[in-house]
Amino acid sequence: MSVSDLVASPWPWYVAGTLIGLVVPALLLIGGKPFGISANLRHLCSLSGSRLPFFCYDWRREGGWNLLFAAGLILGGWIANRFLVTPGSVVNISSATAQDLRALGITDLSGLAPPALVSWAALTTVPGFLTMVVGGLLVGFGARWAGGCTSGHAIAGLSAWQGPSLIAVVGFFAGGLVMTHLVLPWIF
Amino acid sequence: MAVTATAAVDYTTDQDGASTTGARTGVVAGFGYLAVGTALGIVFVKSEVLSWYRIQEMFRFQSVHMFGVIAVAVAVASLSQAVLTRLQARSATGERIHVAAKLWTPSGARYWLGGTVFGLGWALLGACPGPIFTLLGAGQSVYVVPLAAALAGTYLYAVVRGRLPH
Repeated sequence: MSVSDLVASPWPWYVAGTLIGLVVPALLLIGGKPFGISANLRHLCSLSGSRLPFFCYDWRREGGWNLLFAAGLILGGWIANRFLVTPGSVVNISSATAQDLRALGITDLSGLAPPALVSWAALTTVPGFLTMVVGGLLVGFGARWAGGCTSGHAIAGLSAWQGPSLIAVVGFFAGGLVMTHLVLPWIF
Repeated sequence: MAVTATAAVDYTTDQDGASTTGARTGVVAGFGYLAVGTALGIVFVKSEVLSWYRIQEMFRFQSVHMFGVIAVAVAVASLSQAVLTRLQARSATGERIHVAAKLWTPSGARYWLGGTVFGLGWALLGACPGPIFTLLGAGQSVYVVPLAAALAGTYLYAVVRGRLPH
């Protein structure tokens, strides 16, 4: 793989997996911090001044580092989109998935998400509202209830042999399978 | 009573940790967190894991991509932590590196139930919290809506958490 391929093409799973895995020791080596992104949602509620007991803590001390990390996630998205992506490229999903989505009536498979579900224009449609608003609500609610999301439980938790994280990840997949196979056909 | 993951930093047995962390070290560490986050954001874009389509593909078991990413990430993270523990490494800010433990609750209900609720949202929105931030940076401004909804979900949890099983 040449340097220009790295810019033009998507990275394979083993490259991405290795780099994501290295985030865990990187955060530990910088300041002994555990990888976990969804806690930032709590920190953002705390810094916005909520008086609920759950948000009454020193967010600067507990979460300042993690908010900087999240700022990096935004910056990285900007850099990659600006310099490392071929404009107009589509996500090369398997033909089986494309076929399943078309069968659900999702025919425009451009961009990073179907425009019929994730776009400003879709916000006033039932599928778009459910995807963006209800989907976001469930992600925020579920992540805090479970005490972590994909990063905190699936990557950091599983890699540290944490039983609770294994249960949470089984839950992630149970919920995802129910949504994908039982609920989505009914919504779209 | 809140049952959350313990902090990775073992303050009780490493009392000098705070005093060795000067303001300058803190600034350098801050740039470190920003840099690691930036690198991860680039990986999220270049590996397409922030795409709704990739999440659908995963929950339909129609590609190795997401499973490969997660499995390799867990393996690399696990090996790295084993090495750091063996070396009794210290962080750049002086704390002893101590891998966090997630606390069991008597029923484990928060993990089963909270995990399932998260999974329902993950498949519907097609993004978990990290990619939401990166999508915003990548110019997908509409993701301020899921971000606001996820903040509202977090707030709602804080309101009702006393009545939920954990």
